[in-house]
Amino acid sequence: MKTKQLSSAMTSVRIFRTWIFYIVALSLGFSALPSNAQAESIPSELKPIHVLNRLAFGPRPGDVERVKSIGVDQYIKEQLSPNSLSPPDSLATRLESLSTLRLTAPELFVEYGPPSDATQKGDQQAVQRARQRARVILEQATEARLVRAVESPRQLEEVMVNFWFNHFNVFAQKGLDYLWIGSFEKEAIRPYALGRFRDLLGATAKHPAMLFYLDNWQNTAPNSPGARGAFKGLNENYARELMELHTLGVDGGYTQDDVITLARILTGWGLRRPGQPFQARAARVVGAPGSENVPDSNGFYFDSNRHDFSGKVFLGRTIKESGISEGEEALDILAQHPSTARHISYELAQYLVSDDPPKSLVDRLAKEFLNTRGDIRAVLNTLFHSPEFWDGQYFAKKFKTPYEYVISAVRASGYPLVNARPLLGMMQQLGMPLYGCLTPDGYKNTQAAWLNPSAMTQRLNFAVALAAGRLPLNQRPIEPAEQMGEIKQPATENQPSRVEPLDSTNLTKLLGDALSAETRTTLDNSPGPFRAALILGSPDFMHR
Amino acid sequence: MERRDFLKQLTLLSTSGLLLLGGNGWAARAIGDDKGQKRLVVVFLRGAVDGLNVVVPYSESPYYISRPTIAIPRPGEDGGALRLDEHFGLHPALSAIMPLWDKGTLAFVHASGSPNSSRSHFDAQDYMETATPGYRKTPNGWMNRLLEVLPGTRSATEAISLGPTLPRILSGPAAATNIALNQAGTRPTPLDRPEIQAAFDRLYQGNDPLSVAYRDGEAARKKLLAELTEEMTMADKGAPSPVGFADEAQKLGRLIARDSTIKVAFLALGGWDTHINQGSVSGQLPNRLKALGETLATFVQALGTTYSDTVILVMSEFGRTVHENGNTGTDHGHGNVMWVMGGDVRGGKVYGQWPGLSGNELYEGRDLAVTTDFRAVISAVLESQFGFSTTQLNIVIPNGPKPSRDIREIMRA
Repeated sequence: MKTKQLSSAMTSVRIFRTWIFYIVALSLGFSALPSNAQAESIPSELKPIHVLNRLAFGPRPGDVERVKSIGVDQYIKEQLSPNSLSPPDSLATRLESLSTLRLTAPELFVEYGPPSDATQKGDQQAVQRARQRARVILEQATEARLVRAVESPRQLEEVMVNFWFNHFNVFAQKGLDYLWIGSFEKEAIRPYALGRFRDLLGATAKHPAMLFYLDNWQNTAPNSPGARGAFKGLNENYARELMELHTLGVDGGYTQDDVITLARILTGWGLRRPGQPFQARAARVVGAPGSENVPDSNGFYFDSNRHDFSGKVFLGRTIKESGISEGEEALDILAQHPSTARHISYELAQYLVSDDPPKSLVDRLAKEFLNTRGDIRAVLNTLFHSPEFWDGQYFAKKFKTPYEYVISAVRASGYPLVNARPLLGMMQQLGMPLYGCLTPDGYKNTQAAWLNPSAMTQRLNFAVALAAGRLPLNQRPIEPAEQMGEIKQPATENQPSRVEPLDSTNLTKLLGDALSAETRTTLDNSPGPFRAALILGSPDFMHR
Repeated sequence: MERRDFLKQLTLLSTSGLLLLGGNGWAARAIGDDKGQKRLVVVFLRGAVDGLNVVVPYSESPYYISRPTIAIPRPGEDGGALRLDEHFGLHPALSAIMPLWDKGTLAFVHASGSPNSSRSHFDAQDYMETATPGYRKTPNGWMNRLLEVLPGTRSATEAISLGPTLPRILSGPAAATNIALNQAGTRPTPLDRPEIQAAFDRLYQGNDPLSVAYRDGEAARKKLLAELTEEMTMADKGAPSPVGFADEAQKLGRLIARDSTIKVAFLALGGWDTHINQGSVSGQLPNRLKALGETLATFVQALGTTYSDTVILVMSEFGRTVHENGNTGTDHGHGNVMWVMGGDVRGGKVYGQWPGLSGNELYEGRDLAVTTDFRAVISAVLESQFGFSTTQLNIVIPNGPKPSRDIREIMRA
């Protein structure tokens, strides 16, 4: 009915827009359309908060003023070149203190993995002791991730690390991945978060965490000389997810035959268990790290003895039998495929613009993706300068995931993050434990996935506790070793267990632009001490 | 092909969930018929319980040969299994549930489990909680899909789970509540302070999805808090808490008995991954089983007359190796035993086809084979308990195997 009324006066483009808006409005549960249904740009006074909500995990005290003074264009430019922004010394020192992050995947295995002699003797208790000792790896990885998310000035980098980690998700409790989760993020995700998609693809394909998570380390040509034991046959798991999730997308135009062919191409892409003697076989021991039979610094190596050297046709293209370079060629094809461009573009637009992203934007991003051979920075630059990104109908309409909610609340509070555990606990309670997504598709970022009755109650309780200064954010957590009863340290009673309650005036100043008239009225009519909690628990703050 | 169709089906499902949310709040559903009072409780034993020492195939000599130190002696022998029939006996530590067997409301399905061969805890649990073995990307759990098709009025207390977070099996678009039934769970939270609540009530008074979710969450919490507080006062006057989870089970049982809006409940118990020193008649596993048996017996008692409308399913992700290992424990295996109890259960019988334990009868030469798909057992229970049509069943258990006539026999129609 509404569409009919409008149709006489407006162009077909406008009708399409209106229709999209109607769908979005429906899914957001608006009972009626606003009278002004046409797309209007976000007013300039709201632009700073908009970029801080989308290119960053929300504002910290002082951020809005800063963006206002340098301008949103400059802010976007800075964020797209993270190296131009130096992290504060305190953050750098803090990150340097996390010793396990400096170890390579093979070193982590040697240092924290199951003791090889004990495994052979079946000494389960020694295995369990090592497993307990290894908990420090996950602790440090989560600490690094959260401290950066809260305090790093390179916010877009953190926003994109979160995005790509979910895109190439691995689960910390699958097999040996408890050892490698931090290394995976550090070596395979972070360096390329704003780089080239092909580099991300190559780095994730070869990292032991992914090789383990999706079983490709066992993927073996059935009749190859190296086929035996657990390495006796083809394993399609990684090949399938590589196309369905990482590149082409489920409707990306591949067949089950392509899955099998890609699995055959990737036979022998594995890892050498460090600590085990490397069995050099007569020929092929020369070559660069990561090439044939020579492990790279992450422990990846190509075992030509388990590779399928027969000819292959993949996505209609003939792949010459050539060992490891077949896989590189397949990754090239996938990284440059139009379906991949569309799939990645859709995901980016959904993450950064709307749960139901406008097709016009997805098309434009896909074109840029193909034109720049998968240059993520270029695609993001296009996105941040698109009319859709600045379209008023998408302003503050992305429902925050538990991760985004918790981090943005701590950022807005301005509290220094000494102890990240209250944040981790909250994410866990809300069903989004960090590094704890079991399935390879990673966590969703839509409202449908995260809005439910218990979640609302839990978020509000978190908001109240945070605003009252009741979360022990400034108290060093007990060291993991101490929990195991190995180290006894004096009690920390003399340390302050709480931080000062939040001042609602500061919060209002920080988020004021983004607060609706209804929220302001409620704030004005509520007792002063509750106001900070109400702001953090308001519908306005639930969205970004 | 099947995967694609399934995915589409799920997309449709979640879309309709979203529209429900976005429209007039929770849509009222078909008024419940006589199936409206039926309940389903799932107890998940995380870590893979050793089913061969739960329901012991005492008539099989390979069982005793494979397990020189951890086998359970034959019925009648010292510390022997409790005789169920001429082939099977129950672990003596589970004597607390023998009365249910004798009354005919407890049945077992042996050699049941997943058609998927994974021996990874996380894969196998995931597959059982989504009921889509082999397919990892199912967005919701089967008990959440069950809520979608259950008749009756929707309420946020329709499904409850005990534990700190909502488990995979209950995750999805339909509202479900998880409660930690310890001190923290019943301790008032900041939101329970009237003045804070009043302020948030003003912020969330609209008909938008956030406001609706907020009010549903508040209503659920208020109700559970009130009932639990009363429960605790009652329970404190009674006998001291039995071991393990029996205390929690009692609270949950009474809560379900009192609150007819609770249709579905879930409880997970861990500690079954017995790679070392599993124990035979006494030891690690027997201690856990004793606690579990008492938990279930207490739960049934607390349910009272509601037990006749309830089915309790006990399941675990996979079984354990037939042979004991070098540490007098067992490793990850395949087939297991499912427990089914409740008013309409045709109990006192071990169901399923027994595949045997001799070398060539074993799955991959080492494990009990799976002759009954776990989804067939769930389907048989759902068909009878809720009177689901094939279409409804297919939403909860997509592309599941049809239960055989033998498996359908578990339930009195």
